[in-house]
Amino acid sequence: MSEGVNQDFVGRTYPPSGPYAVSAAEIAAFADAVGADDPVHRDAEVARAAGHADVIAPPTFAVTIAQQCDRAYVMDPESGIDYSRVVHGEQRFVHHRPITAGDELTGELTVDSIRMAGGHAMITTRTELTAGAEPVCTSTSTIVVRGGED
Amino acid sequence: MTVRTAAETVVGDLVGPKTIPVTRETLVAYAAASGDQNPIHQDEEFAKQVGLPDVIAHGMWTMGAAGAVVAEWVGEAGRVVEFGTRFTKPVVVPAAGAELLVDGRVTAVDAESRRATVEITASSAGAKVLGRCTAVVQLD
Repeated sequence: MSEGVNQDFVGRTYPPSGPYAVSAAEIAAFADAVGADDPVHRDAEVARAAGHADVIAPPTFAVTIAQQCDRAYVMDPESGIDYSRVVHGEQRFVHHRPITAGDELTGELTVDSIRMAGGHAMITTRTELTAGAEPVCTSTSTIVVRGGED
Repeated sequence: MTVRTAAETVVGDLVGPKTIPVTRETLVAYAAASGDQNPIHQDEEFAKQVGLPDVIAHGMWTMGAAGAVVAEWVGEAGRVVEFGTRFTKPVVVPAAGAELLVDGRVTAVDAESRRATVEITASSAGAKVLGRCTAVVQLD
C-alpha cells in the first residue's frame, strides 16, 4: 500500500553497486528489441569512426543497469514499497557519454523525493552511473506505488 | 552515416512520422534484453487477472522505440544526450499485435552549443502513450 511507503528514505544514498560489465552482445540484443537500426550498436568499426571506443548502447539501455541499482531500495522491507503495486511513471536520462561495450559501470542510487498524492506514492530515484571516476549517465526514474482501491 | 548539422536545423522541423509494429514476440525479446520479466508484458491471462485490458508493452520498450526514431533523425544514436518522458498510457498488445506511431518536432536550436530540443509524440490505437517526451540532441 502506498500509505506504508517510508518517507524517512528521502535523501538516502546507497553505497555504489557493481561493477556492471556491458558487452557488445547485450547492446546488440537491446538494440534489436527496441528496433534501433543504427550500426553504431553492432559494428565496432562504424562506432569507432563516430568517435566511440567500441559499439555504443541505445539511449535507454542505461535503465537495465539503473533498475539493478534500484533493487537495494525497492526490495528493502524497510522502504515500505509493495512492488506488486508499482508502475513506472517517468524516466529521464542525461548522457555524459554513451554507454560503450567494455564498460565496467558502477551505480550510486539516491532517493531524491517521495511525494504522496491522491492515495499514491510517487518516488523519484536517481542513479549516477560512472566508469571509474568518469561520469557516464544520470538516470532518473519516478515510480508510482498505487494506493488500494478499497 | 551523416549527422544532422545545427545550420540545417530549424524550429518546426519534423521528426518521423514512423509506424512501428509491436507483437508479443517483440515484448519477449525486450524482456530478455532488459531483464524486466514482469508477466503483464507477456502473459495475457495474468495481465487480465490484474485488471489490464490485455498484455501491455513495457513503458521502457515504448521509450526505446521512440528513442530509435530520434536517433535515426539526428544520424547517430550517441548524439541523443538527454531523453525523458512520462508514461501516460500503456501500449496494449493483443495477440494480433499493435502499432506505435512516433513523430516529433524541433522546438529549440541552440547555435552555440549546436544542441536541439525535440518534442516527441507517441500514440497507439488512438491513445497518447508518452507525455512530455523530450530529447536533446547534439548536432554537428
